[in-house]
Amino acid sequence: MATIDTTRPSSEPLAWLHQQSRWSVFEIVFWLLALVPFFFFPTYLMLANQVAIAALFAISVDLVLGYAGIVTLGHAMFFGIGAYTAGILSARWGWGEPLSGLLLAGAFAGLVGYVTSFLIVRVQHLALIMVTLGLGLLTYELANAMSWLTGGTDGLLGVDSWDIFGYFRFDLWGYTAYSYSLAILFLCFLASRRIVNSSFGLALRGVRENLNRMPAIGSDHRKHLRKIYTISASIAGLAGALLTQTTNTVTLEVLSFERSADVVVMLILGGTGRLYGAILGAVIFLLARDQLAGINPQYWYFGIGLLLMFVVLVMPKGILGGLSWLVGRRD
Amino acid sequence: MINNIVIVLFDGFAFGMLLFVLSVGLSVTLGLMNFINLAHGAFGMLGGYITVSLMREWGLPFILTLPAAFVGAAVVSMVLERLFFRRLYRAGELNQVLFTIGLVFIAAAVATFFMGTGQQPIVLPGWLRGSVELFGIRFGVYRIFLIVVALTITALLFFTLERTRFGAQIRAAVDNQRVAQGIGLDVQRIFAITFALGSGLAGLGGALAIEIVGLSPSFGFHFLVYVLIIVSVGGLGSIAGSFLGAALLGIGDVAGKYFVPEIGSFLIYLLLVAILLVRPQGLLGKR
Amino acid sequence: MSGKTALALALGLGLAWSAGASAQETVKVGVVLPYSGPFADAANQLDAGIKLYMQQHGDEVAGKKIEIVRKDTGGPNADQARRMAQELVVRDQVDILAGFALTPEALGAAQVATEAQKLMVVMNAATSSVTEQSDYIVRTSVTIPQLNYAFGQWAFQEAGIKQAYTLVSDYGPGHDAEASFSKGFTEAGGEILGSDRTPVANPDFSAYVQRVKDADPEAVYIFVPGGAQPAAIGKALVDRGLAPPETKIFAQGELTHPEALESMGETALGIITTFHYTLERDDPLNKEYVEGYTAANNGREPDLFSIGGYDGMHLIYEALKKTDGDTSGDALIEAAKGMSWESPRGPMSIDPETRDVVQTVYIREVQEVDGKLQNVIIHEIPDVKDPLHGASN
Repeated sequence: MATIDTTRPSSEPLAWLHQQSRWSVFEIVFWLLALVPFFFFPTYLMLANQVAIAALFAISVDLVLGYAGIVTLGHAMFFGIGAYTAGILSARWGWGEPLSGLLLAGAFAGLVGYVTSFLIVRVQHLALIMVTLGLGLLTYELANAMSWLTGGTDGLLGVDSWDIFGYFRFDLWGYTAYSYSLAILFLCFLASRRIVNSSFGLALRGVRENLNRMPAIGSDHRKHLRKIYTISASIAGLAGALLTQTTNTVTLEVLSFERSADVVVMLILGGTGRLYGAILGAVIFLLARDQLAGINPQYWYFGIGLLLMFVVLVMPKGILGGLSWLVGRRD
Repeated sequence: MINNIVIVLFDGFAFGMLLFVLSVGLSVTLGLMNFINLAHGAFGMLGGYITVSLMREWGLPFILTLPAAFVGAAVVSMVLERLFFRRLYRAGELNQVLFTIGLVFIAAAVATFFMGTGQQPIVLPGWLRGSVELFGIRFGVYRIFLIVVALTITALLFFTLERTRFGAQIRAAVDNQRVAQGIGLDVQRIFAITFALGSGLAGLGGALAIEIVGLSPSFGFHFLVYVLIIVSVGGLGSIAGSFLGAALLGIGDVAGKYFVPEIGSFLIYLLLVAILLVRPQGLLGKR
Repeated sequence: MSGKTALALALGLGLAWSAGASAQETVKVGVVLPYSGPFADAANQLDAGIKLYMQQHGDEVAGKKIEIVRKDTGGPNADQARRMAQELVVRDQVDILAGFALTPEALGAAQVATEAQKLMVVMNAATSSVTEQSDYIVRTSVTIPQLNYAFGQWAFQEAGIKQAYTLVSDYGPGHDAEASFSKGFTEAGGEILGSDRTPVANPDFSAYVQRVKDADPEAVYIFVPGGAQPAAIGKALVDRGLAPPETKIFAQGELTHPEALESMGETALGIITTFHYTLERDDPLNKEYVEGYTAANNGREPDLFSIGGYDGMHLIYEALKKTDGDTSGDALIEAAKGMSWESPRGPMSIDPETRDVVQTVYIREVQEVDGKLQNVIIHEIPDVKDPLHGASN
């Protein structure tokens, strides 16, 4: 990934990067915990599947927001493009093979991400947020207008995912669905972890911290931003495709402003710029929502609102930030 | 044909003025304190529910409930500013986003609990209903009323900002907060008052909006996008910018839907993206 | 888990948890609705219909106790609806799936009903194709073509309208409404002068109404979703001088629901709508229903969602009686096919072929009765089936 050779890093940062990419005990425990639903909560597997998909989506947003400082309120655009790509492949062209559909969805979302990244790097601050929001809403309206292809508000009918490897059927309990989503989440997490711990990831943090300084030290910040935006769009597309394939549904909601806003909320809740914050945020937000809605389906969002306000007041760096402060691992 | 163009412009302008009243407060507070308040629309919803309650429970005439909507939203926002928002000015924009979204969630739940999930209809007094015919064109009376209210507010805001001591203090604080503080201005207090005024205007906007767009617990979310669009297109901290942005979006939206209905739903977002790519700081923004 | 179940019981049945209840055999009904979000009101009204039926008819059928488990989808959200249906089946082990206010949510959950072989009672979602997605689906609400095809024919034949303009919301139900009204109207001999579609989240209708005015039709046909839009479009029409009797206004019943009428005031006079449920319909069964409903809901009146939930529960109760408590999906769907009954809305039945609702379509006009605006029935078309089901086969 080390494409910036204009400023060859000295050995000290390399050592730092190396240290960062070492696996800690916490991480191994964390991923082992992800397997717990299989054994102890098999009736929660569909929820776990949804959490894994949301976590993957949140990781994609963390790459641009947490590491490169691009605040986006329109990332559902790529989630939705991925979801519709997988859905249209199956419903319109009869190709329901999951893995190839997933890859095509990620590739197409990445392509759209690359094209839009040229617009994104031109603006900052509020204008940046609003351009992402505007592009997201435009995509939503476009999908609604193209109802001959997308099925419009009724959703795309006839999505049917084939068995994975021709063997693992998507069952009612969600064993296959969660295994599939968790595997993809883990692979994308590994890739993201490599990216953020590379010199490219370091350059991105430089852009986030001080945009004006990066050109001064010879770093082409726009190229970096375009690259990470494309990668992020592609991962968001994978998340969207996973949702389509594990539920056999696609509706306009995958492109909605609410989905864009929810993922940002999950990410900030967990803590930005840490990758694990994205996962933890998705876990806590969706579990809290599920449990609160179980108590009262109508007023659960009152509890969610309290949770968000509480976290801001007590743990201003997100839940993961608060936790790592507690165990004394400041960064 | 001329008549049609006139009426389309008029309707769009009136709708824009409604959006202006709803959003101008956010523009000023964002410009002044860089405080991202996504709960701005929730204050609009509060104003709307105050008007509905006063009309229904106490039988107050519509016009008298408008000041109450303003004052109610302003007072509640002042309390919230004291309790919470003040701690968040230095907390970073992401925390502000998270906190104020949480507030919108709670506002929606509280509204549902006390007022129910349904739409809240109001019955306007006879003199605000129907339409008047001028030069063979029928103008909606309520839309004329909206324009008059918005223009009055704009005039008052300009007068306050340009001609009063307090206005000078606000301008100084927006231009350079540090220096303003250095010469002894109490920026904290200035902001608290501005914040209350801005939220009050949102409350007034919410009350005025019931007749045009209705009122339900999802109001706070629903209008967030419109408000953000106007603030960003107009430019932060600029009243004239918000006015221009609101008028442009209102007219652009209605005219677009009239002349090319096929792209009616796209137009407002196309305008947004195009304007911001050309002028990232907004039409009349300073930064 | 057990605490949650108890709470759901207490909420659903309004009964205290007792030892005796747990010993008895129960039939669990999982209700999937958008209890939060922009469609919370629809869910709320539908749920109130369910509650009223259980309050009036007790919670025991065929020796078994009915228990409701509620799940929120949070908006038009198909994947959430599907997950909720799956969880209801595997975690809560419900016997019957019900609710489904929105078409995409019903479509999303349909596969679950097929795979789990559970009866799925669609209590609102009104797109024609919903019942075709699973052999276990039965619908107790209405379909959009059912209301509007016959209405289009009536507009030409009985109301004597020769040309009309259509203005509908730009989404599935709106397209269905536009297509079926236009079909009925043009087949009878009428002419459509033009059609426009308004964005679903449309705050301001003035531009579209002006386009209608430019075309100067004899009548305009309107379809907008319930909520804030009916009153908004009604007022925009009147502001432009598009009002009966000069220009007839035709619409599906949402346009003149009670809140919208209150908001529009006397300008709503003369609007003609097509609907399957009329609040003021003079009928002892309906009177009892409306009185019971308003008493249980702080004076709020029932609407189309309420009646869908109410009749949905009726179907579940009657089917269980027929099967003598057998809750298998196959037994229940067989019991539901061809069932007919007197509902507060009027006579209705379930088509044994399509498992869809067959009912009377009422054409109503807004009139002032005793100083209050209401929808007065001016024409009845009995035993209307969805016209699209036959066509697609």
